[in-house]
Amino acid sequence: MTRFNAWNVLKNGFINQTGWQRQWRDPVLKKEYDVVIVGAGLHGLATAYYLAKNHKINNIAVLEKGWLGGGNAGRNTTIVRSNYMMPGNHEFYEHSLKLWENLSHELNYNVMFSQRAHVNLFHSPAARDSNARRYNTMLLHNTDAEFWNLKKLKKTIPHLNYGPNARFPIMGAAVQKRAGTARHDAVAWGYARAADSLGVDIIQNCEVNGFVRRANNIDIIETSRGQIKAKKVGFAVAGNTSRLWQMAGLDSLPIESHKLQAFVTEPLKPILDQVVVFGVGGAHFYISQSDKGGLVFGGDLDWYKSYAQRGNLPIVQDVAEAALSILPCLGRVRLLRHWSGIMDMTMDGSFFICKTPIDNLYLNAGWNYGGFKTTPASGWHFADLIANNRPNKIINNHDLKRFEKGVNIDERGAGPDPKLHG
Amino acid sequence: MIRIKCPYCGDRDHSEFTYGGDGSIVYPELDASVEDWTNAIFFRKNIYGIQTETWQHVHGCRLWLKIKRSTITHEIESIEPAHKEIIKMVKNK
Ligand SMILES: Cc1cc2nc3c(=O)[nH]c(=O)nc-3n(C[C@H](O)[C@H](O)[C@H](O)COP(=O)(O)OP(=O)(O)OC[C@H]3O[C@@H](n4cnc5c(N)ncnc54)[C@H](O)[C@@H]3O)c2cc1C
Ligand SMILES: [Zn+2]
Repeated sequence: MTRFNAWNVLKNGFINQTGWQRQWRDPVLKKEYDVVIVGAGLHGLATAYYLAKNHKINNIAVLEKGWLGGGNAGRNTTIVRSNYMMPGNHEFYEHSLKLWENLSHELNYNVMFSQRAHVNLFHSPAARDSNARRYNTMLLHNTDAEFWNLKKLKKTIPHLNYGPNARFPIMGAAVQKRAGTARHDAVAWGYARAADSLGVDIIQNCEVNGFVRRANNIDIIETSRGQIKAKKVGFAVAGNTSRLWQMAGLDSLPIESHKLQAFVTEPLKPILDQVVVFGVGGAHFYISQSDKGGLVFGGDLDWYKSYAQRGNLPIVQDVAEAALSILPCLGRVRLLRHWSGIMDMTMDGSFFICKTPIDNLYLNAGWNYGGFKTTPASGWHFADLIANNRPNKIINNHDLKRFEKGVNIDERGAGPDPKLHG
Repeated sequence: MIRIKCPYCGDRDHSEFTYGGDGSIVYPELDASVEDWTNAIFFRKNIYGIQTETWQHVHGCRLWLKIKRSTITHEIESIEPAHKEIIKMVKNK
């Protein structure tokens, strides 16, 4: 792999850009691997990378039914933050944020991580207090957290609707400055390239359609490119987790698949330097501006279970209404595209990185709509679990037994209804 | 938009309804084991295909409906009131 550095950029300027290699190979599927990861989204690719890098396991395949990064990896609104407070979660998300801070160097790939601040608006004393509780908890765990008053907010983000007629006047904001956005595709490509250079086989257009079990193990994986064997198998298929689970002969999961939409407008000159989140009176809206100038935003789920990767119109209207109530200046901006992805929503809004009822099968799932930010830590901890065959302390309760044990990790306190978690 | 034919009000947009969730859950007896209750409350088949689910016509007659719908295409296979006795009572008035 040709490294990206100033010297190679300069050199290739002289040799007509002929000195670059392709970023990852298109290898032939082998008959047997030490570890097979199903799903080349962010989590599958990151897991393969850390298995090779941290645990020196090199005989790995990542199987992808479509093209790498074509699932939720390429569909999200790219928000990265660590404002979590439940035990297990805050350590995990903060670990992830720390990994983000060095990710471009780690992967030798510019993931365009931009710590532009995540600004969570509040509109009532009750919302202020509950934010204060969360952001103080973050401070106690050495995560950065701030409160901004109206004066500071108006100066920093002048275009928000501060008018006296706003339906929900803004009172202030809870802010995490180290939070921000990254380029989602670059993260998938960066992990793919780095994993490939460590010997990982990324097999695209290779769908897993079944498993042959022997004793309490997965013996054979049936794919659209033939049968293969693996000592260990990891699932990282986001919204398709239940389907794979049932292919492996297992039954139910604390997961429902729902769809979430995202939107991007025509490119504009710089207007918004932060990630702004607006949530009040049933509205839910988050927005940032991409480096190309498009405003990238989203809202709630489509509210009913679905495996169809296409969104419905009532949500387009809801999101547009929220956009205008918080940023009225966007009234004449045109929407360029919108799309949807299938979310693995869980019963308490938290994820699973855990062992399963099958001895050599490991599960990575339940990312709700927050699995972009977790990419580095998810890969790191899933690799740690697969390599050492035990959960570490941080993810000890992120298993399928936590409901029975009564240790639900419910950040929102929304209860066992997957569509209510975000 | 999904169109839902409410047995009481007729064909309406799904935005008049709220989605309840999985309509196939059978809750166990109150004194059933923790495992049975955990399964009923927290574990789902998450069907890829036709599933039974509940919807409420909140901006209409407020009836709860039991609907069989494809989670792949959103096509509706069948619709019936969740509590058949209620619709009989209303219609007999
Ligand atoms: C609209 C939207 C907005 C979002 N916004 C944010 C955000 O702002 N911040 C944030 O942190 N998170 C966000 N998320 C969530 C985040 O994108 C996901 O949680 C995360 O991408 C899921 O992990 P993944 O990348 O591994 O999944 P995916 O990219 O979906 O990867 C799973 C892969 O598995 C493959 N697969 C499935 N079945 C099979 C099979 N049988 N055989 C082989 N391969 C298979 C799929 O093709 C897919 O490529 C958002 C998601 C969406 C859809
Ligand atoms: Zn009705």
